[in-house]
Amino acid sequence: MSVTTNSPPSGPNWQRFTPAQRLARYAVYLVAVMALVWSVRNVSIIPEFLYDAHNQMADLLTRMWPPDLSYYPTTVHGALIETLHIATLGTILSIVMAVPIGLMAARNIVPFRVVNEFAKLILVASRSVNSLVWALLFVAIFGPGALAGTIAIAFRSIGFVGKLFAEAVEEASPGPVEALTAAGASWPALLLKGYWPQVQPAFWSIALFRWDINVRESAVLGLVGAGGIGLVLDTAMNFFQWTRVATILLAIFTVVVLAEILVTQIRKRLI
Amino acid sequence: MNKRQAELDQIRAVAFAPDWRMRAVWLGFVAYVIYATGQLNFTWERFVVGLDRGATFLGRMFPPEFKRWELLAEGLLESLQIAIISSAVGILLSLPIGLLAARNLMPVAVTVPARAFIALARSFHPIIIAIIFVKAIGFGPLAGILALIFASIGFVAKLFAEAIEEISLKQVEAVRATGASFMGVVIMGVLPQVFSRFIGFATYQLDSNLRQSTMVGIVGGGGIGGTLFSAFRRFDYDFVCAILISIIAMIMIGELIASWLRKTFQ
Repeated sequence: MSVTTNSPPSGPNWQRFTPAQRLARYAVYLVAVMALVWSVRNVSIIPEFLYDAHNQMADLLTRMWPPDLSYYPTTVHGALIETLHIATLGTILSIVMAVPIGLMAARNIVPFRVVNEFAKLILVASRSVNSLVWALLFVAIFGPGALAGTIAIAFRSIGFVGKLFAEAVEEASPGPVEALTAAGASWPALLLKGYWPQVQPAFWSIALFRWDINVRESAVLGLVGAGGIGLVLDTAMNFFQWTRVATILLAIFTVVVLAEILVTQIRKRLI
Repeated sequence: MNKRQAELDQIRAVAFAPDWRMRAVWLGFVAYVIYATGQLNFTWERFVVGLDRGATFLGRMFPPEFKRWELLAEGLLESLQIAIISSAVGILLSLPIGLLAARNLMPVAVTVPARAFIALARSFHPIIIAIIFVKAIGFGPLAGILALIFASIGFVAKLFAEAIEEISLKQVEAVRATGASFMGVVIMGVLPQVFSRFIGFATYQLDSNLRQSTMVGIVGGGGIGGTLFSAFRRFDYDFVCAILISIIAMIMIGELIASWLRKTFQ
């Protein structure tokens, strides 16, 4: 068994992928490069803008410094609280709407394929429309303000919450449910005592995760008039008050980081 | 008989004890909802008026108007270009940044700044980053591309760093023992272990960038979002509907391609 020559060892020639797999991979690389080349050649960028970009960014950042902190208590604080209210109420509203739709989408709760697919269609539609577009729609309907923002956040979140909730319900073990059925439990009792204890950890985790995302998203809704801190940001930018803009960005950054820390802490305790 | 009943009652009391703490939490929750609803000036009247307006709004959205399809196609293609360029550059930049942020391969002096940069990129919504770039370097797709590159780094580099931290160090040591250079260790010892997960993050980010690239236009970052926003402002709701339908179609095609890509690299 000693290897004395440098020639390749005889025997089967091991390869990790089949020729078809390799071909598919190379095809993907080729298409990716072609798409990139096409994009770079056709995108309408003025090259001078690109070469000048770092100077312009540096200029903007110097104009932002130092942040005008005296602006915080007068205007930013209220808007920030409004943003948090929008995120929280939007999340609650979305859960209220997403739980029934999620139950409809779960195959072990509703045994009719048509209903499942219909619920899934609602969930996909909710996720495919960006929160800014939802906000534009609801600003057109309810007029500018926090109401439009809250409903936009809620509609945007239905897809996310409903999909994950349905998956959690489908993963629930049928054992306790069968035991309850055998004991003659009613349908609401089945849901409440058979499924709910099993999906509860997943449910809280989904809700907290979505709240975290919504805190970020609700900060931009104001740009299209849907209330919150985005409105203050938009105003400050339109008046070129860069030191105020810096204060607002700092406030958003702090809140987002705090929300993330809070969510991680609660998750550790709950789950 | 009476004694037995008392025992049962006691068991029942222990098994189904009222959970006062949870009740207090729920009470606080309800109080918060009422308080916040009041703070935001929600009234039932406004809601009802809105529903009425919503009906006329929906009526004006249909049928969708595709007559100006050239404008539509132009915007969609620009969004696609923004998504492709920003994904490519963002993912390529995420490789070194993610590597620098991996705590098992790099010294603390390097990981801390890299992690701070990633946290900064992640904390702001892509749209906010896009406004800053629009204000700094002017309207157009360049601002959108730069914003999405920044956002991509925040997501891909973070997950990439976490993936690297989870690798098995045995292979790294084996490669190091052969006298390989640092780049050799990275290419032969680290990358093969994280490559498939990296492809997963990259396709997810491509998908996410495609969604965001249709939105950066709302703040002037190029793409279909600008067309959408101006159609909204002109109350051109049938054109809005056409744009929304095409955006959703594009995103769904993107999702299909992404899931197909993931299967190819499984």
